[in-house]
Amino acid sequence: MSAHAEPLGHAHEHEEHHGPPAPHYSSRINPSVLGMFLFIASEIMLFGSFFAAYFFVRVVNGVPWPTPPYHLPVYVAFINTCILVTSSFTVHWALHSIKRGNVWGLRAGLLLTFLMGLTFLITQGIEYSRIGFNTGDGAFATIFFCLTGLHGAHVFVGLSILAFMTIRAFRGHFSQEDHRGVEIGGIYWHFVDVMWIVVYMTVYIL
Amino acid sequence: MRNPLRSEAEAFRFLIVAIAGAVIIVAAAYIDTWVGVAAALLVVAGVGAWVVGGPKPAPRVLVSGTPGMGHRVLLLANPGSSGVRGRLGDGVTEVVVVVPALASTLEALTGAVDDRRAEAQATAHALAEELRGAGVQARGEVGADDRLLALEDALGTFGADEIVLVDADEKLLAEVRGRFALPVSRV
Repeated sequence: MSAHAEPLGHAHEHEEHHGPPAPHYSSRINPSVLGMFLFIASEIMLFGSFFAAYFFVRVVNGVPWPTPPYHLPVYVAFINTCILVTSSFTVHWALHSIKRGNVWGLRAGLLLTFLMGLTFLITQGIEYSRIGFNTGDGAFATIFFCLTGLHGAHVFVGLSILAFMTIRAFRGHFSQEDHRGVEIGGIYWHFVDVMWIVVYMTVYIL
Repeated sequence: MRNPLRSEAEAFRFLIVAIAGAVIIVAAAYIDTWVGVAAALLVVAGVGAWVVGGPKPAPRVLVSGTPGMGHRVLLLANPGSSGVRGRLGDGVTEVVVVVPALASTLEALTGAVDDRRAEAQATAHALAEELRGAGVQARGEVGADDRLLALEDALGTFGADEIVLVDADEKLLAEVRGRFALPVSRV
């Protein structure tokens, strides 16, 4: 594609070059932004494939949702949704705190976020154990576990990131000037929350 | 267009929008599932419009220049240009010649830009040599396959006092003047 500027003149002709050549990349898009776009695209395709299966089973094949005699624990999931959404507010608060130089606000916010995320995951595990059907009990059950399980995997990854963020916060790694680690983790956590809202709407509500 | 994951604040705003949409869907689905489906479609369309119709970024204006000694010129030339020595004014002490590697869409898409880069490189080298022959400190650079981007890249490393365009048309002149907060002239 387009090339990055490449000096040719006499001022650089006699310079010795060590190591690999400087990377060439387009100046049309920042590499980190491109990386984020590729990440989003991969996530859209991943979740999209499972949602395609969901719509195929439910709309094309007309499988009742939930298939009798099974029931979905809508209200437990609603409470779980509230917990997860609240955890986004606490991570937002944590980031705002460190931007103002409030280290203890950061620590409290991250710890609360981690605990609420963990509560969500544990509640989901308990829900799985008591739900009364398993992955082999028809297309409905398979899709249910795939969609919620895929999201659960994302929550697990988010919790791992949060754990590192929290440990680093308690070790004093973040400051008013340097808190990029919290910003990136916060973006991922909000993304996970938005995906849960979509999953909750399609699987439990509609 | 908005990028919901550009920053934590943007992502949080997107989450708030998603929560608002979810409340609408839940309320509609409480009436009837199909009303909920219709509400979901409307919410998805609304969120899509919100993302696409975000605020347009302000035009980028680069301020460059060096106070004090000398007059530094960033010269944008087309591949194949020649004879710029007599066209620059007096008092120019340092020149960076940028020649964009202008590739066709097909060449850019397939990455087959080697010939275009070689052509731009030869021109940049020749023009820099010509200027050095006239006693001006000069160097040549191959730029991006877009003239404005090539200028922008060059200004990132060279604090020019003026931009000079060689054989540019009115449209390019207007675009460069609109993009950069530097004196721009055409020769």
